[in-house]
Amino acid sequence: MGRLQPGVAFLRNTWRGLTSMRTALVLLFLLALGALPGALLPQYSLNPEQVDQYYADHRWLAPVLDRLGFFEVFASPWFAAIYLLLFISLVGCLVPRSGEYVRQLRAVPVATPRNLARLPHHRRATVEATAAESIEAARRRLRGWRIRERTEPTGAVTLSAERGYAREAGNLVFHFAVLGLLVSFAVGTLFGYEGQTIVKADGSQFCNSGPYAYDSFTPGTMVDGTGLAPFCTRINDFEPTYLPSGQPQQFRADIDYQDADGLASGQWQPYQLAVNEPLRLDSARLYLLGHGYAPEFTVTFPGGQQRTGAIQWRPVDLATQLSEGATKFDPPGVTDPAQLRERQLAITGLFAPTAALRGELLSSSFPQPLDPAVAVDVLKGDLGNNSGRGQSIFGIDESMVEQGRLERVARENLRPGESLRLDDGTVVRFDGVTRWVSLQVSHDPAQLWVLTFALLVLGGLGLSLTIKRRRFWVRATPAGSHDPDGRTVIELGGLARTEAAGYGEEFERIADGLLASGAAAPLAAVGTSRKDGD
Amino acid sequence: MPVDPVLAFYGDCAFYTALVLYLVAMVLQTVEYAAQRSAEPVGARAGDGGGVVTLTWPPGESAPRSRAARAGRVAVSLTVLGAAVHGVSLLLRGLAAGRVPWGNMYEFTSAVCFVAVVAWLVVLVRQRDIAPALRELGGFVLLPVVILLTLAGTVLYAEAAPLVPALNSYWIAIHVSAASIASGMLLVAGVASALYLVRIRFEARQAGGSRFAGRLPGSALLDRLAYRTTVVAFPIWTFMVITGAVWAEAAWGRYWGWDPKETVALVVWVVYACYLHARATAGWRGARSAWINVLGFAALLFNLFFINIVVAGLHSYAGL
Ligand code: HEM
Repeated sequence: MGRLQPGVAFLRNTWRGLTSMRTALVLLFLLALGALPGALLPQYSLNPEQVDQYYADHRWLAPVLDRLGFFEVFASPWFAAIYLLLFISLVGCLVPRSGEYVRQLRAVPVATPRNLARLPHHRRATVEATAAESIEAARRRLRGWRIRERTEPTGAVTLSAERGYAREAGNLVFHFAVLGLLVSFAVGTLFGYEGQTIVKADGSQFCNSGPYAYDSFTPGTMVDGTGLAPFCTRINDFEPTYLPSGQPQQFRADIDYQDADGLASGQWQPYQLAVNEPLRLDSARLYLLGHGYAPEFTVTFPGGQQRTGAIQWRPVDLATQLSEGATKFDPPGVTDPAQLRERQLAITGLFAPTAALRGELLSSSFPQPLDPAVAVDVLKGDLGNNSGRGQSIFGIDESMVEQGRLERVARENLRPGESLRLDDGTVVRFDGVTRWVSLQVSHDPAQLWVLTFALLVLGGLGLSLTIKRRRFWVRATPAGSHDPDGRTVIELGGLARTEAAGYGEEFERIADGLLASGAAAPLAAVGTSRKDGD
Repeated sequence: MPVDPVLAFYGDCAFYTALVLYLVAMVLQTVEYAAQRSAEPVGARAGDGGGVVTLTWPPGESAPRSRAARAGRVAVSLTVLGAAVHGVSLLLRGLAAGRVPWGNMYEFTSAVCFVAVVAWLVVLVRQRDIAPALRELGGFVLLPVVILLTLAGTVLYAEAAPLVPALNSYWIAIHVSAASIASGMLLVAGVASALYLVRIRFEARQAGGSRFAGRLPGSALLDRLAYRTTVVAFPIWTFMVITGAVWAEAAWGRYWGWDPKETVALVVWVVYACYLHARATAGWRGARSAWINVLGFAALLFNLFFINIVVAGLHSYAGL
């Protein structure tokens, strides 16, 4: 037992320290400070290309920052440590405070201080009413306050009144709701998922059948990719509108979808998918995030076989939708890998929806396809897509060009319907353009809980910041046997228990009311109530 | 809906008129301030709750007929007039573009300043009894307002135009108005806290402190002004963060994504939560909590300018 005590004391002191107000304050500070690099440095989760750029710009610093988790702050162990400590501190602070609050609710208002004149708010008057009458009047006046009447040995009758208990309740609701919010946030990230995909707006379909259906898929730790919410969607059309200045006005896709029931019955339902207007299904939501163009090329090989390709190109300038990309072809009928590596084709370059040529240089002057054109390089040789290395769909493997295994064989600007001819007789035609939209599917089973707790945070905060705790005391003392008129000395005192509560005016109002309604006008009144604004 | 260029033009005229009115009011207010004798409230003290204050002004203080006091009163009238014209400019902007008048950084900054001035005038009206003491602070509130409006009217200026699709949602009316109301009020709180810090240094070495600080109202009054404004603004800021999350859920597919702007809005929230905590923590009342309030406002400005302009996130406002 004796040996145990230092250990217990240590634990208890640690716990007390951790749950003290000062520690909470320091932890809150650390939370704010720790979140800042997440906003100021590029983050893997938001923008991996910018992290790469940062690496390129800060060769020495970047690896250090990366090691310390500064490029994924919100998944880093030290950030987790801060909010876990805050969480524990919060629990440790709330449990005893809740108990204390329950005790307070049961407790009776404290006895009237002997010397009311020492309180910040004080009045004293002699009235003609008896002590009992005055106390009765005060009771009526203080309806809604918690009141306790006491008789003092001197014969004086006192009232202790207190109100504003809901303030602490609001404060507790607020802090518990912060806890609930943190927990539901965590549940959401564990059990939710998010996936992005690009679909051509020409009647193409997307089905939420598994992670492989997406271009990128971010599952929560507890999501294995099976059992995603079953639905399919078909993008019929996408026609954005723009102001003459080129500022976008409306993005709206005309889609059909099948939810679980629709999949069973084969029925499609129409929907207008727009920015700010997602499609909400039972357990997944579908968003329109972006859009772009997919130029279509037809290649006629020397043997006469034709291949058509229309792959999405990505906007390099969002304002004018100037886009870049690479459309790749395998020669038809070639099975020998060695031959294939000699004769693969790639069409890369720029696409402009409204061509603006400066010399031969293509740029775009408007985001709508008023006068589409491409400026393309045609490359022939080995695309390197059998090398096992991942490839961007928006570009070619430059190392193949550097090694001389992929060679530029033509460079030209084309309008729809125009074509170019390679030395070997291959003809490349630019047919025209279709649009694509990028979609996001999100699932978060806890987000309604998050909203609920957020509203509780707000409600609790409102209560705790608007409700004021105050005490009010009345002491009615019979003026004494030597007073022939049976008058009573009334003393009032007030104390605001919350800071800057501005009790002054309210105290005066109550006091005026009491002394006026005290069956007779005060004969002599002295009082001080220190002014504190309204 | 097409933009009405005539209304937009008059809206801009009103904007610059308001700016000039504020500027003149600020100059007059400075004249008044400089002419005041050291305003030394007798027996100013912070009471037990930190908020119970005795303020008795030495007789003869701000003698009602003095020229300086007249300059101060004219300044307040000009500020009221400026606020009215400023309000009209926002209204015309909104009518011209057929939408809420806070759709880009120019308009948002203007709205924040409008709220700050109105919040300041409300404080003056509500604290009538001590208005003469408070009034001299008008110049300090107008200074950041004039600076911000000048920035808005020059570098940030944007022609009236409809909203881009990403912003075109009724949430902009709710979320961004809450942001501008809270920011405007926190500007007043930040100014009060900064002046508090100047004033307590003066009070600490009573004799021979700077004459500038000597003219400020007592620290207890400044502290209370900062606290009360923050306490009203903080739940509005909370509401702003929550509605922002609800909007983000509809627009970007998640209610929270650690976008830089979201992150710093949360940081600002946490800093003000620190302020409220500090005031309930022994040893942290007074100067330390005032520093936190100033820090909170600095973080807010940082979010408005640095994050919007330098760190590109999803939030970057149109028109810059
Ligand atoms: C995520 C963590 C926390 C946040 C965001 C937070 C936020 C706040 C806010 C905004 C207030 C002022 C509003 C009100 O009075 O209700 C407040 C008050 C308070 N908090 Fe926290 N808090 C946190 C953690 C804690 C912890 C860990 C403790 C205990 C050690 C604590 C103890 C208190 C107390 C006692 C008050 C009342 C202060 C007063 O009487 O004005 N809080 N908190």
